[in-house]
Amino acid sequence: MSARALQQPLPLRLTSNVFLALWCLIAAFPIFWIMVQSFKTPVDAYDSNALNVILGPETLARGHGMSALQILLGIGAIWLTIRLASRTLPAFVRSSLNGKQQWLGWIIGALVLGVGSVVVLFGVVPWVSGVLNPMLGPLGVDVVGLTTEHYKTVWVERGFFRNFQNSLLITAGVVTISLSVGTLAGYGLARSGSKLAFWILIIALIFRALPHSVLVAGYLPVFISSSEWLAPIFGENAPTLYGKPFAVIAVLVAINQPFTIWMLRSFFQNIPAELDEAARVDGCSHFQAFRRVIMPVMWPGVITTGLFSFLLAYNDFLVTSLLLDAQNQTMVPAIAGMFNRETTTTDQVVAVAAAVSITAPLFFLVMVFQRQIVSGLTAGAVKG
Amino acid sequence: MKFKTFAAFIGPSVFMMLLFIAFPLVSVFQQSFYITQPIYDLVDVETCTPGFVTQTCVTETQSVPRLDEEGAIITKTDFVGLQSYRNVLELGRAWDALSSGSWAAFQSIDFWKALRFTLSFTLITLPLVICAGLGIAVMINSAAKSVRGPVIFVSLLPFIITPVIGALSINWLFRGDGILTAALEWYLQRDIAMFAQAWTIEILMMFYRVWHVAPFAAIVFYAGLQTVNQDSLESAIIDGASRWQRLKYIIIPHLMPLIVFISMIHLMDSYRVFEEIVGFSSQGHVISLQWLTYDFLVPDQAGNRSISRASASAMLTMIGIALLLVPLLRRTWRDHQGGH
Repeated sequence: MSARALQQPLPLRLTSNVFLALWCLIAAFPIFWIMVQSFKTPVDAYDSNALNVILGPETLARGHGMSALQILLGIGAIWLTIRLASRTLPAFVRSSLNGKQQWLGWIIGALVLGVGSVVVLFGVVPWVSGVLNPMLGPLGVDVVGLTTEHYKTVWVERGFFRNFQNSLLITAGVVTISLSVGTLAGYGLARSGSKLAFWILIIALIFRALPHSVLVAGYLPVFISSSEWLAPIFGENAPTLYGKPFAVIAVLVAINQPFTIWMLRSFFQNIPAELDEAARVDGCSHFQAFRRVIMPVMWPGVITTGLFSFLLAYNDFLVTSLLLDAQNQTMVPAIAGMFNRETTTTDQVVAVAAAVSITAPLFFLVMVFQRQIVSGLTAGAVKG
Repeated sequence: MKFKTFAAFIGPSVFMMLLFIAFPLVSVFQQSFYITQPIYDLVDVETCTPGFVTQTCVTETQSVPRLDEEGAIITKTDFVGLQSYRNVLELGRAWDALSSGSWAAFQSIDFWKALRFTLSFTLITLPLVICAGLGIAVMINSAAKSVRGPVIFVSLLPFIITPVIGALSINWLFRGDGILTAALEWYLQRDIAMFAQAWTIEILMMFYRVWHVAPFAAIVFYAGLQTVNQDSLESAIIDGASRWQRLKYIIIPHLMPLIVFISMIHLMDSYRVFEEIVGFSSQGHVISLQWLTYDFLVPDQAGNRSISRASASAMLTMIGIALLLVPLLRRTWRDHQGGH
C-alpha cells in the first residue's frame, strides 16, 4: 500500500515540479548568462532585450557568426563531452583501474577530456563548418552572432595564461601536500580513541571557524621581514616569503588541514578496524598496515577530500591576493583587478570572459565528479 | 595504538596547524598592542626661488623619515596598549552618536557599520538557507528518479562556483543596465539604480549567499530524507495525518540534527562574509568585519599597511567567533560523551 499512499496527488506533484524547474533556472541562469555575454560584442552583451543578447545581431553584423550547421555541431560536441564526462569516464576509471592507478586515471582522464573538448569546440568545429558551410546553402548562412575575440584578449593579450599557470601550481601543491599530511593524521585520529585525539579534533574545529583575514594579519609582517629573521639559518640567501608561491601553498595547506582531517577521519572510520588488526596479526607494523592494507581501500575518500582541497585552493581570494605579488598572482585575484579597472564596455566583456574561463574547469569538475562531491558533502553531516 | 606511533601519524599535520594557525593567532594578539611606524624628524627646509632683486625664500618645517646608512627607513615599535582597539572602535564618537540618538552618525564609523551588516547578514540568511534547502530537498525527493541526477548537477553549480565569480555574475545581471535591472525597470516603469543605496546591495548580497549555500543544505537534507523511517510514515498515513503534518511531525524532527549542523556551519561561514563585498564592489556602502581587517592589511597610497589596527579588528572579530563556537563545541562534547 505504501507506494500508492505515499504518491502525491497530481496538482501537488505538478507544483512541486514547477518549483523545481524554477530553482534550476535560478541556479543556472547567472552562470549561463555570463557565458552568453562573453561571446558577444559589448553592444549585444549589454542590450536590454534578452533576445538580442542571445542572438547577437550586432556581433553578426560584424561578421562573427555561427550557422545552423555550426550550432548543431557545437551542441553535438557539448553533448558528447557531457556524456563522456559524466558516464563513460567514471565508469571506465571505476571498472578497469584500481587503487593508485585510479587516482592517476582520474587526473589524466579529466585533463585529456578537458583539453580535447576545448580543441574540438574551438578548433575542429569551426574548421569542419568552414569547409561545409559554402556547400549547404541556407543551412550554412550565419544566424547567431558569436565571437571568441574576448577570450583571445584575456588569454593572449592580458597574460591570463600566466595567472592560470600560477593557479595550477598552487592548487596542485595544496592538494598533494594536504592529502599526504591529512591522510596520515586522519588515520591516526580515526584509530586512536585517546583523549588527546579528541582534543586535537576539537581544536581543529575551532581553527576551522577562524576568519582567514585574522591569520593573514599574522603572516604578513612575518613574511615581509622574513629575509631578516631567516638570515641566521640561511645566511645571505634567506628568502623573502612574501610573494612566494610555496609560502602560499604552505599557508593554504594549513588553513585546509582542520577540514581535511575531519573529513578523512570520517572516511577512515568507515573502514573496519578488523582490517588493520588482521594486517597487524600477519606481522605488519602500523605504517605498513596503513600503506598496504588501508590506503588501497581508501582511495574514494581520498579523491573526494582532494576535490574539496582543490576547491579551497582554486577559489581562494583573500589569502592569495594579500600574500602574492602581481607577477605570481592567481586567476581569482587577477580578475578582481580586471573588473576594478573596467572603464569601457569592452573591458567589462573581457572581464566576463575571464570569469567564464575561471568557471569552466569547475563546471567540468562537477560533471566528472558529481557523485564524489555529493558523497563528500554528506560524509560529515549524515553521520552527525 | 601506542603514543609514539600516534604522534608519528599526526605529527606533520599538528606541526603545520601550530605553525600556520596557532602561532599567527598569538602573534596577531601581540601585534594588536604594538604600533610599528617610521621615526620622523622635524627638519627646517628653506626653499628659495629666484626673484627680481632678491630671492624669495620660504622656510617651512617638514617631517622627514629618518634613514639608516643604506637609505632604508628606520622604524620603531612601541607598546601602545589598547590604543589600536580605541582607534578601531572609536568609542567616543560612537557614544556621542548614540546619546544624541543619531543612528546615521553611529553607522558612519567603520567598525560599527561592519558589525551591523555582518550580524544582520548572518541572521537573515540563516532561516532563508534552511527553508530553501529543505524545500529543494523535498522537491528533489518527490521528483521522478530520472531527473534527480541532472537536477542535482544543476544545483551543485552555484555551490561549486568561485565565490567572487558567483557574486560577480549576479552583480553583472544588475549592474548599470544589466538584463534584470532592465527587466525590472520595464515592469515597474521607473528608473532603478541597484547600486546607488545600501539596502538594495544588501538584498543582492543576501540573495547571492542563499543561492550559493542552499544547494549544500539541500543535498545534505536530501541524503537525510533517504533515511526517514518508512514505517512511521505509513502509520502516520493510517492515522490520517495530512502531508503537512507528516512533514512537521515526522520528517523535520528526523532531520533536526542535520538542520542544527547546517545552521552552525552557516553561522560560522556567513559571519566571515567577505567575497560578497569584493564581488559587488560595495565597499562604498556596505562593509563586513572580515573586509575591515582585509582593508587595513591592503597597502594604502603611501604603501603602508596598518598591521596594528588590522590585528585589533581581527581580535574583535574573534569575539564573535568565540560566541558562535560555544554551542558547536558543547554539541561535539556531548556527542563524544555519548559515543563512549
